Amino acid sequence: MKGNGVTGNANPLRRVGALFDGARDWWERAKTWQRFVVYIGALVFALILPAPWIGTFMSPGADWTTVLIYPIGTYMLLAIGLNVVVGQAGLLDLGFVAFFAIGGYTLAYFATEHGWSYWPTVVFGIFLAAVSGVILGAPTLRLRGDYLAIVTLGFGEIIRITANNTDEIGGARGIPNIPHPTDMPAIGLDFGVLPAPYYYLMVAAIVVVIVFSVRLQKSRVGRAWAAIREDEDAAELMGVPTFKFKLLAFAIGAMIGGLAGGIYAGKAVFIEPGTFPFILSATILAAVVLGGAGNLPGVMLGAFVIAWLPERFREVEWLKEALGKDPAEYRILLFGGVLVLMMALRPEGLLPSRRRKAELHEGTGGMGAMGAEVAGPDTDVSTEAAK
Amino acid sequence: MGDLTGENAAIVIPPRNGAVMAVNEYNAKNPKVKIELVQYDSQGKADQATSLITKAITQDKIVALIGPAFSGESKAIGGQLEEGKIPSVSPSATNPGLAQNGWTYWHRVVANDADQGPGIAEFLVKAKSPKKAFVLSDDQEYSVGLADAVAKSFKDSNVAVETDKFSKDASDYSSTVTKVAASNPDVIVFGGYYAQAGRLLKQLRDGGVKATFASGDGSLDQQLVTGAGTAAAEGAVLACPCNIPTPDVTGALKTFFENYKKSANVDPAIYATEGYDAATSFIKAVEAGNTTGEKINEFLKTVSFEGVSKPLKFKANGEPENNAIFIYQVVDGKVKLLGPAEEAKLEG
Amino acid sequence: MLDDFLNQFLPSTVGGLVFGSIYALIALGYTMVYGVLRLINFAHSEIFMIGTFTSLVVITAIAPASPLTGFALFGVMLLIIVASAAISGGAAMLLEVVAYRPLRRKGATRLTALISAIGASLFLQELFALVIIPWLTGNAGRNQQSAPRIVDRDTVFTIGNAAVRTDHIIVVVAAVIMMIALDRLVNKTKIGRGIRATAQDPEAAVLMGVSIDNIVRVTFLLGGAMAGVAGALYLMEFENTVFNVGFVLGIKAFTAAVLGGIGNLRGALLGGIVLGLIENWGAIFLGSEWKDVIAFTVLVIVLMFRPTGILGESLQKARA
Repeated sequence: MKGNGVTGNANPLRRVGALFDGARDWWERAKTWQRFVVYIGALVFALILPAPWIGTFMSPGADWTTVLIYPIGTYMLLAIGLNVVVGQAGLLDLGFVAFFAIGGYTLAYFATEHGWSYWPTVVFGIFLAAVSGVILGAPTLRLRGDYLAIVTLGFGEIIRITANNTDEIGGARGIPNIPHPTDMPAIGLDFGVLPAPYYYLMVAAIVVVIVFSVRLQKSRVGRAWAAIREDEDAAELMGVPTFKFKLLAFAIGAMIGGLAGGIYAGKAVFIEPGTFPFILSATILAAVVLGGAGNLPGVMLGAFVIAWLPERFREVEWLKEALGKDPAEYRILLFGGVLVLMMALRPEGLLPSRRRKAELHEGTGGMGAMGAEVAGPDTDVSTEAAK
Repeated sequence: MGDLTGENAAIVIPPRNGAVMAVNEYNAKNPKVKIELVQYDSQGKADQATSLITKAITQDKIVALIGPAFSGESKAIGGQLEEGKIPSVSPSATNPGLAQNGWTYWHRVVANDADQGPGIAEFLVKAKSPKKAFVLSDDQEYSVGLADAVAKSFKDSNVAVETDKFSKDASDYSSTVTKVAASNPDVIVFGGYYAQAGRLLKQLRDGGVKATFASGDGSLDQQLVTGAGTAAAEGAVLACPCNIPTPDVTGALKTFFENYKKSANVDPAIYATEGYDAATSFIKAVEAGNTTGEKINEFLKTVSFEGVSKPLKFKANGEPENNAIFIYQVVDGKVKLLGPAEEAKLEG
Repeated sequence: MLDDFLNQFLPSTVGGLVFGSIYALIALGYTMVYGVLRLINFAHSEIFMIGTFTSLVVITAIAPASPLTGFALFGVMLLIIVASAAISGGAAMLLEVVAYRPLRRKGATRLTALISAIGASLFLQELFALVIIPWLTGNAGRNQQSAPRIVDRDTVFTIGNAAVRTDHIIVVVAAVIMMIALDRLVNKTKIGRGIRATAQDPEAAVLMGVSIDNIVRVTFLLGGAMAGVAGALYLMEFENTVFNVGFVLGIKAFTAAVLGGIGNLRGALLGGIVLGLIENWGAIFLGSEWKDVIAFTVLVIVLMFRPTGILGESLQKARA
């Protein structure tokens, strides 16, 4: 069926992986000006990405710019936020969608019911998301990894069901007629029915969040997170206030989730509880791990792949003929299969950071190793040596 | 546009077939302007609908839209249709709030839940003169809207009302059944779709609740009987703003029944006639020489014709002039049309 | 309010016990796999789903014209339970070989394994919706599938205003028998000792001559079989199933496992029953739409005061 072909060098993914690894090594040696060239290149690429000639290949079935905003851009933003929690601090969060929902609902509720204007409401949504992150984290972050997983999952469901059952915020009807972002005539952004301005807004948000995230990672906070991720007890002994830093990771992740919610709601005009299902949390987590938890380019790549592939599968003509029905129906099947396959072939993700890779080979990396994982005859030597 | 592959596809495919049939009949007449029908599968999801409609407007250059099938997606893209000046006629979106958005390009051919809810309640009051009613729903938008409308209408008729809701994904309704059994109502009305209605009805009957069970258009499907079991479903009352022809109909409906069977290879099901009528309203516009979104929309304001489902004319807010509710009942394991609510008589 | 509660308390308790038994049976699989592998086996909910469909196919093939009684009923119940347990157990073993064993060999982290589990869960759901259900039943794969009735809903006795029916008794009794059998197996047999040893210290277990691969395989087989039994009982009680029936149930059963103390068999039983009861009792006050919120809130509160669940963790500690 799948996943049995794990035999050394014959594995094509490993070669692709080596290519990624080489690129990363180059990056680590690169000079400042070389890095800036890459930054600018990436930004230019992001700005011309909605061009129709790219869209006809990337997304023949649906409007490409809209697809770039949701799911692709939104998933990226969420994945960067979740990466702070999962990738950097090594905490397992299965209910990240709750913060996305809080950001979206804050905008929707205060803007439609109380007439607040767009940007202050988005900021307020980010604030509320951070507060709820702290409220969720304070009693639960003392729990061990797996308990945290189920509690966060529960929190995500509590938020969704409460929204669904509370008439004050629309209940199952959701909230329609959410205002668009305020127009910005100064830079020619007019938020109407055309998707392009929202795309540029999304790019701007992603850039800001990336810069923020990278600065954090390189600061004392980032080092503390890495220490917690690798060995929480040792970190505590070395004087790192682990609980505070874990709470901070939760709050920052939540803020990014809240921001994503605000931008999404401003574009979508309508949100309902069904926009925020558990499966979205799982999908974002899958994006983070698939891309390479802890490494931003990897996480973004993961989010892109997970958001884009299912959209693309809708429109593969030869598949349509071969199957005799719409290949879109097989999207989730393939998505699930690919996840299993990827984890078997390259468990550290597409683009792992060197440090994370080493941690993973030691079988720690935040979540710790599986039980009953005793070296068998075909365990990698590196794993063996690390013990 | 609608949910062609998702969970509630059974409600969207028949109107799609109806629309395809209307367009094919028109194109077969070899008119000067042929109509091309492009289909979009939104799976009933608002976010899918959003990206599909953007493509439909900017790339496929559609001039009119039959759909969206559900109210959620209608809400999500109504604004875009308005800004893109694309008239739409939905065969099946029944949320009352849709007509209150001030959209001028939006229309529908069915009565909304605010009419359907009271339709069910008034019919039950007339047929069963209940003292106490229990209104149930799952937690989906359509379900809650319908249940609220029913409950309000019962209260207006001085019938005592109790309510409960459950999650659409729940499988054990024992707490709901307990509540209903404890309250011992004369009638039970459920707002929701057939999958949940079937499970609920079975568990209610198993729990010894014998009161008349009624529901709306979302549950009007043979799968209600399969889900609940023939014995439990017997006598269940279903109301719908839709007119589903059964083999024993006569007149224009008979012709429709036969043509539909020929073109789609199945008997007409829910909203098939409405899908046909929605398409017909656009076809009339095109026949009158209107080929842009704005002109078609102008034409829709004045159109008035004898549709297959009922006489059709749009109000200024896009609602149909005629909002008849039709009553059905499960008799011997089959859903049977009893007629418009004013005339229908329950059997047994 | 209080009137409502008194009026509905007993019937709610019966309903809660019945559904709680099903939670408990599913929770066993989560808890066993977690005890041995430290893995949240998300795809376990699909193993349950496979159990419901196995029973559906068997019952549809027998197609009793009217509900059964006496020996015929006992035979058919035994048949669907054995068939579902066998197929679900086999599917769980296959799942382990395909999705988790390669990861174990590579020493992957639990996070990686969790993603693999989520992937396997989606894959199995869709495989059933697109291929297997249409092939088995000839109906559209995403529709709810119904089975004929095999047990009559006769009231056997009443407690206050609560009617206890034949089907309720079958579910609870069958679930309790299965759980006692599993408890014996894990605590009294050689293979059970191997499971406990592996859960405690895999490296030492290997040194003592335990074959880890065998133990993991048996763990999945047993957990899967329990989910299969749960599937059979579920189908008998509710008489319908759908490709994603396991999704919500699985999350709740996992909650039950954590509530009782994950890794602990008796904890799974307790957690399942407690969850079933609290949901139903809470619904009397708040309405049935709040059931899931009640369940998760109780979980959070319990974990705050007892961070390892009601009975504490792990297979081995529960015995000591």
